Amino acid sequence: MRPINEMTLTFPARSVNEGFARLSAAAFAAQLDPTMDELGDIKTVISEAVTNCIVHAYPDALGSVRMRCRIYPDGRFEASVSDGGVGIADIEKAREPMFSTGGAERSGMGFTIMESFADSFTVRSRPGKGTTVRFTKRISPRAKR
Amino acid sequence: MDVKIERLRESLKISLKGELDEHAARGVLLRFGELESQALPARCVLDLSALGFTDSSGIAVLLGLERRVRDAGGELSVVNIPSQARRVFDAAGLSRIMRFE
Ligand SMILES: Nc1ncnc2c1ncn2[C@@H]1O[C@H](COP(=O)(O)OP(=O)(O)OP(=O)(O)O)[C@@H](O)[C@H]1O
Ligand SMILES: [Mg+2]
Repeated sequence: MRPINEMTLTFPARSVNEGFARLSAAAFAAQLDPTMDELGDIKTVISEAVTNCIVHAYPDALGSVRMRCRIYPDGRFEASVSDGGVGIADIEKAREPMFSTGGAERSGMGFTIMESFADSFTVRSRPGKGTTVRFTKRISPRAKR
Repeated sequence: MDVKIERLRESLKISLKGELDEHAARGVLLRFGELESQALPARCVLDLSALGFTDSSGIAVLLGLERRVRDAGGELSVVNIPSQARRVFDAAGLSRIMRFE
């Protein structure tokens, strides 16, 4: 199925952009007329994915993050968030609840939250090359609410 | 993010206003650091009624505050949790280890 609309944003991996990214994705998804809960789900997954790029992908340099959002005629919202950073050697391990290579200010629950808030969710990564997470969220048609 | 810390007669009330993400969490943790050296009342309440958004960064903030209060011999209750935050905390199983009201 071809998307009916799409947008791509590229921004430096700085923490001020976490809010910018999730608000931009939510503004784009608003075309599908989502409920507050559906919008909250999208913002949450975007925030987790973008924060991971900012916190984990670039330990010694300021890299960039790319966020692409698409909407489909069947009312699906899809987004991918990519970085060109260190990558993840063991994705299965990284996705386990409470697994974190971060410090005390990380809980290791990011992937668990993304999985539970998205309808489908995938992680692709290559060590030294970068990481892409992709998810979809179905927006319920207005008439059925 | 606004952090308000009020000392009431027998309790401490902390209110968070705005969006709590990794960016905002740094400032919140600094404010909570102020509590370190002070004697904490036995009852601490974290009011989240004005929390517009949170993600996993908020989980670490809550767990850190809970530990600090418990180490000081007190108890933390989290009140007025908005639905987006509630779903984040539930996905992480937080209600099994913290007191939500
Ligand atoms: N974009 C990324 N680049 C490199 N490593 C990553 C990336 N995203 C996740 N990781 C790795 O996967 C681990 C788990 O990620 P997850 O988001 O579940 O937890 P966290 O970010 O450590 O903590 P939290 O999300 O709760 O703040 C991270 O600690 C990190 O090692
Ligand atoms: Mg994370």
